[in-house]
Amino acid sequence: MAEALHPHLPCLLWWVPFLPLLAGGIIAFLPNRLGRLASRLAIGALFVSCVIALAAFVCTLTPVEEGVPFRLVTPPLTWFTFGDVALQVGLVLDPLSAAMAAMVAFVALWIFIYSIGYMEKEARFGRFFGFLSLFCGAMLLVVLANSLLLLFMAWELVGLASYMLIGFYFEKPSAAAAAQKAFITTRVGDMAFFIGMIWLYQQSGTLLFYNHGHGLLESGVLSSLAGITTVGGLTVSAATALLLLVGAMGKSGQVPLHTWLPDAMEGPTPVSALIHAATMVAAGVFLVARTYPIFGIGGLQSVPLTAAAWIGGITALYAALVAMAQTDIKRILAYSTVSQLGFMMVALGTGGVAVAMFHLIAHAFFKALLFLSAGSVIHGCHEEQDIRRMGGLRAAMPKTFITYAIGMMALAGFPFVFSGFWSKEAILHGAMNWPGGYGPFLLAVSAAVLTAFYMTRQALLVFYGVPRKPGVHHPHESPSIMLVPLYVLAAGAILLAIVGTPAWPWFEEWIKGEAATCHPDALMKPDALKLIGLSLVIVTLGVGASWKLYRNVSGASDAPDPMAGKLAGIWKFLEQAMGFDALFEKTIIGPLAFFAGAIDAMERQIFVPLMAGGESFIKRFGRWTGVSDEKGLNDGFDSLCSGLQNRADSASRSQAGKPQGYLRAIGLGMSVLLILYFWLSA
Amino acid sequence: MLLLTLLLLPLVGAALLAVWPGLGRMSAVSLATVWSVLPLVLLAAMQFQHTGTGGGVMAEWSLPWMPDANIHLTFSVDGTSCLFLLLTSLVTFSSLGLSARLDIGNRAYCALILVMQSMLCGVFTARHFIPWFLCWEMTLIPAYLLIRLWGGVGAPRAALRFFIVTLGGGVSMLLGFLALQLSVGTMDFAALSQLAAHHELTAGLGRAFVLTGFGGHALLTVVAVAVLLGLAVKIPVVPFHAWLPDAYAEAPTPVTMLLTGLLSKMGVYGLLRVFLPIFPEVLPSLAPWLTALAVATVLLGAVAALAQTDLKRIFAYSSVNHLGYCVLAVAAVAATCADHDAGAAAVSGVVLQAFNHGIIAVVLFFGVGILEVRSGGARGLNDFGGLRANMPVFAGLMGLALLASLGLPGLSGFVGEFLIFYGVFGLVPWSAAVSLIGLLLTAVFLLRLIRKVFHGPLRPSIAKWSDLTRSERWLFAPAIALIIIPGLWPQALLQFINGDTLRLLELLHPFP
Repeated sequence: MAEALHPHLPCLLWWVPFLPLLAGGIIAFLPNRLGRLASRLAIGALFVSCVIALAAFVCTLTPVEEGVPFRLVTPPLTWFTFGDVALQVGLVLDPLSAAMAAMVAFVALWIFIYSIGYMEKEARFGRFFGFLSLFCGAMLLVVLANSLLLLFMAWELVGLASYMLIGFYFEKPSAAAAAQKAFITTRVGDMAFFIGMIWLYQQSGTLLFYNHGHGLLESGVLSSLAGITTVGGLTVSAATALLLLVGAMGKSGQVPLHTWLPDAMEGPTPVSALIHAATMVAAGVFLVARTYPIFGIGGLQSVPLTAAAWIGGITALYAALVAMAQTDIKRILAYSTVSQLGFMMVALGTGGVAVAMFHLIAHAFFKALLFLSAGSVIHGCHEEQDIRRMGGLRAAMPKTFITYAIGMMALAGFPFVFSGFWSKEAILHGAMNWPGGYGPFLLAVSAAVLTAFYMTRQALLVFYGVPRKPGVHHPHESPSIMLVPLYVLAAGAILLAIVGTPAWPWFEEWIKGEAATCHPDALMKPDALKLIGLSLVIVTLGVGASWKLYRNVSGASDAPDPMAGKLAGIWKFLEQAMGFDALFEKTIIGPLAFFAGAIDAMERQIFVPLMAGGESFIKRFGRWTGVSDEKGLNDGFDSLCSGLQNRADSASRSQAGKPQGYLRAIGLGMSVLLILYFWLSA
Repeated sequence: MLLLTLLLLPLVGAALLAVWPGLGRMSAVSLATVWSVLPLVLLAAMQFQHTGTGGGVMAEWSLPWMPDANIHLTFSVDGTSCLFLLLTSLVTFSSLGLSARLDIGNRAYCALILVMQSMLCGVFTARHFIPWFLCWEMTLIPAYLLIRLWGGVGAPRAALRFFIVTLGGGVSMLLGFLALQLSVGTMDFAALSQLAAHHELTAGLGRAFVLTGFGGHALLTVVAVAVLLGLAVKIPVVPFHAWLPDAYAEAPTPVTMLLTGLLSKMGVYGLLRVFLPIFPEVLPSLAPWLTALAVATVLLGAVAALAQTDLKRIFAYSSVNHLGYCVLAVAAVAATCADHDAGAAAVSGVVLQAFNHGIIAVVLFFGVGILEVRSGGARGLNDFGGLRANMPVFAGLMGLALLASLGLPGLSGFVGEFLIFYGVFGLVPWSAAVSLIGLLLTAVFLLRLIRKVFHGPLRPSIAKWSDLTRSERWLFAPAIALIIIPGLWPQALLQFINGDTLRLLELLHPFP
């Protein structure tokens, strides 16, 4: 089948992002009452996209030859020309983009279906699907783009879709503020990305990733980039990679550009699942993976990769610490997303693309699953989001409980059957063997313990114990249109484990373009055994501690957290996410407002008087030339002025025709100069 | 002949309005609105007649006026002019359409706007200083009167300041060109640029003003500064911008649309078509100063916009910021043309940015106008809230324009900014890096505007406002189309200017 499809792929590939975009465009013109139609259109378009993406995925399974991964580049299209330079764009299909595109389209499809149930009562039901379609189209374009410019454009469009969807309930001031915060914070990163892109373009003369040996990521350009030294002794490749990394930090919520992501939970839950957990926030990680040849110049210890490893490690630990102390079911998951994105960055910095991408895809499944299950919980509890007011839901929502438990165990890294266990194991393996030191490894290990801890805490508080919500309270199970997507994602969270074990590292070898081989003895190597042992210890520690603390938590919803007493001041600090928002308020937003006020005052106090000075100088000049030639001349300017005076009649009389006077005076002055000139040049 | 008709057509309309006393107030506005798009027909005819590819001259018209002094009334249309003429007609049309909607204006008002349209067409096509300058200065009179007579409370003062200051800039420019005429005997733009290419401007100035004791280079620098001053006041460039916020805020909204959409473009056009080709000899020495001023303009515009609460003032400073990028690109090209591709990007970016800014400004000020119609004149940032709930179409269109203004890819603003930043980064890297702050702040104040005006709970006092009517939607439509189409297909605009871009770079080439 793959061979038959092959000749049509370059054309078909464009339809993958284009169909959802088209659906989004059409839905923009549909009135609200046609919401059902809009949802069908969106799902239909995405379904076709998904089929094509999966078919393309199948095509990439056979490497060109041993060690050379499959790569298909569509013929570059000229988007525009300036002067005589043509700017070209195109798409690329390789294991990286195929895996990502298939994952995005597949997960999104199920989240779309879930949304039919979840958003059922929403008045702007159709709009919601329009924005979702726009998002999916743009995200697929990010994934498939063969041009840094096209990637950047789609990157900004997913930002726009995220902005619209976080602010979907725009009547709520908190949602409107969160949307704005998300756009602006990510734009800080985007500016770095933008200048990095322009720098690369300026140095290499191309923005295409692959172009038969002349692309940005191919050896010719790479070696020229590595050969030029710039500010601070960095090579151009390292400097631009760092700029791209800042862009990735904004999108992927790395410290300190992470503060928008927890606030983004103001959006509807399917949005949190699709955009702010599974796909868009991973775009930063994907960007680094895509441009990895630039990052990797100089090996695993290159400056940009070291930066990625450390930033990722710090983010992973920070967010895991903060997640421990949160009480909103979605915010816990949001901080957990930040933390897991940190893991992916560590993976990129220390282990390489395949490790990071495996965790990215596994995470997309189990985190989407967790969010959708959380949505089911919220739905069932009548929009309650505070885990202190839940409890004992296991009985009322057994199916949701099971899917949630699968997601939770995958995230916490329960051994052997869950994808999260193997992907995390691979990350720790990479970090442990990293030549740059043990820092990122230790950060990641501590974060992994905490992950098991806070996920167990959340699960216990939500599903175990007794119901703690004061007043009447009837949780109910969700309809099957919401449950089926949960089953599918749960299956994914487990089945993915098969392709990522050290015994059969199919995924890693496929990304590298090697034929997958089975080597079960890899599991028995001391190295691997040590790590598996470590992972077991991690999970036991985290889950055990949490179990002990939260198994029998008090029945009152306002009782303090068992940890609060133990940690006292630190707990408060963690609850407030270590005060980043307050810090930015003090160091950036406040001073900026002050600065803007100062500039405004300067406008009024300095520039306006300056202008008034210029004005009076010109007036005096006009008067002087006017007086000196008052009676001497009668030219076109005079008749012009009288004509002007007639037209302006009534209202201008109050000004005593002053400007006309100046005009005449200046006109006279000019005439003098003209005469002077003719006299001189005669 | 087509060109002459194009130049005179709006004047004929103005004359018609002037001599038709029986014409009702609103029918005068309607007539002028229709009349203002007629030049587009001629422009289309010109395009149709023109067979060559890659731009080039599409139509020209010349009349010897003072042959002894080498003064000819020369006008011609090439690709770049074509875009500016297109912009002129569209902005004039929108401005008159909004006037009808706001119920302001009468015969005199419409006649003045048409006179201004004619003069702007002259500015964008003249190829000799004298006709160019006459049209340049003649735009001032209608603009002054429109602000003065139909503006707000502070209009007389703001109008006077606008008038005097820009007139002062004009005088400075005139003096500069007179000096050139005196020394080399011509003020024809093409002839001057040819002379400049052979280093004859410095030589000529040195000979003519030998008594001053300065060398030719120094004298040419003085002349270039004098010309630059006239352009800088118009755009405006910091520190010559202080007339702008008051003038924009006090003018009636349709006139503000003209001021920002067209009058400011005269300055950008002048930088590109007059300043760069004629003064390549002294550009490298002026460039650092111009770059610094451009960066200051970009930053000041963005920061000052953060502090404003009047929508019109926000957009006024936003205009300062956006046109600052144009100046920045010109400054970068002036500094060096070492990188040919970067130079081409910068020059193309200037034209795109100017065009797109004009179109986006139309929609933004249109939106202010709609808000004024609904509210009876209020236009404070904090006067509204939650409008997206009851005016979804209006909010959607404004949102589109605001996002285009902050440079969202897929909409028109992005390509211009990309080209400008690519060009500037290739020529003067530090200034591009610093100007990024401006790009970031633009997003801050524009998104804040969306949040305060369109998002949040709907205020009860404005809950009854109706969404855009059918006719209002049609007024928005052309500008919205021109935001979306060039965003997706920039070649639609770039194909007009690529030839001109290369010719301009060729002129600059001998002066690396």
